[in-house]
Amino acid sequence: MKLAVVVFPGSNCDVDMYHAAADGIGADTSYVSHHCTDLSQYDGILLPGGFSYGDYLRCGAIARFSPVMDAVGEAIERGALVLGVCNGFQILLEAGLLPGAVYCNNSLKFHCSPVRLQVVNADTAFSSQYSEEESIVVPVAHGEGQYFCDADILDDLKKNNQIVFRYQDNPNGSLDNIAGIINRRGNVLGMMPHPERAVEGILGSTDGLPLFQSMLQDWRGSRHAAVE
Amino acid sequence: MYTVKVYVTLKPSVLDPQGQAVKDSLHYLDYTGVEDVRMGKYMELQLRASDRGEASKNVEAMCERLLANPVIEQYRYEITEAKS
Repeated sequence: MKLAVVVFPGSNCDVDMYHAAADGIGADTSYVSHHCTDLSQYDGILLPGGFSYGDYLRCGAIARFSPVMDAVGEAIERGALVLGVCNGFQILLEAGLLPGAVYCNNSLKFHCSPVRLQVVNADTAFSSQYSEEESIVVPVAHGEGQYFCDADILDDLKKNNQIVFRYQDNPNGSLDNIAGIINRRGNVLGMMPHPERAVEGILGSTDGLPLFQSMLQDWRGSRHAAVE
Repeated sequence: MYTVKVYVTLKPSVLDPQGQAVKDSLHYLDYTGVEDVRMGKYMELQLRASDRGEASKNVEAMCERLLANPVIEQYRYEITEAKS
C-alpha cells in the first residue's frame, strides 16, 4: 500500500504520521510537499496535524487552497482513502470535503491529554479493525477542535452513520460529542484525536493502530476485488 | 480604489466562548450592564474595482470563499471610495 503524508508549512505531526504508516502497518510511505499536484500513484493520503500557515485567519483556511488540495480532491474522486487528523481534519472541513466546521474549544484552553473515544461505526475503511461500541484511548492536542454543524447536517451525519468516533468525556464542547466523521462515500475520514500518536506501547496506547490496519485491510480487499 | 472594511463574527446560533470569557471579565470589573459580547475579526482591504457594484460582488465572493466560514460565521462589510 502506497501512502502519502502531505507536509504543509507548519505541519508538525507529519513525522508521527509517517511512523504510524511506515512502521505501524509497513506501508510504502512518502512525504509529499504541499506544492505537489499529482497524487495518482498513492492508495491513501494522510493529512497530518500541526499549524499549517500559522493557523492564520482560521485553522486550515489557507492550507485548503494549497496546490496539493486539488490533487487530494482528485484522489477522493477516484476512491483513494484520505485521513485528516487534527489540522488535517480542519483542512478537510475548510475545503468542504467533510461537512461542518471546528472552532475554539469551549474551555478556551489548549487541551492536550489522552481521551476516551467510543467507536460509533466500525463498518468503515478506517474502523473495521475495531469492534462496534469499543472504547479506545487516543490523545488529543488542540485549541480549536469544537465541532459544529447545523441541525440538518447533524441529522444527515446520524442518518448515514457518518459519525465514526465520539468523545466519552467531551474535551472541547463538540456538538453531539463528535470526535471524527466520514464522508458519505466512506473514503474520507477526519478526526481531532491523534491515532498516529497511539501506535505502540511506549507511547502509552496502541489504540490508534487498528485505524491504520483498517486502511490496510480495505486496500487489500479492494485490490483483491480488482484482480477478480 | 475602494477601502473595504470586513467584519466577521460567529453566527448567533454558535456559542462564542471568547466573547463569553470577555463578558465575564467585564462583569468582574463591575460593568454589569454588559448583556453580551461577541468576538470577531476585522479586516481592511484596499480594492481596485471599476465601480462599487463590482467591488461589492468581489467582496461577497471573497467572504464566502475565504474570509469567513459560512458554516459558523457571518460577515458584513462597508465600502468607501478611497481618496486618490
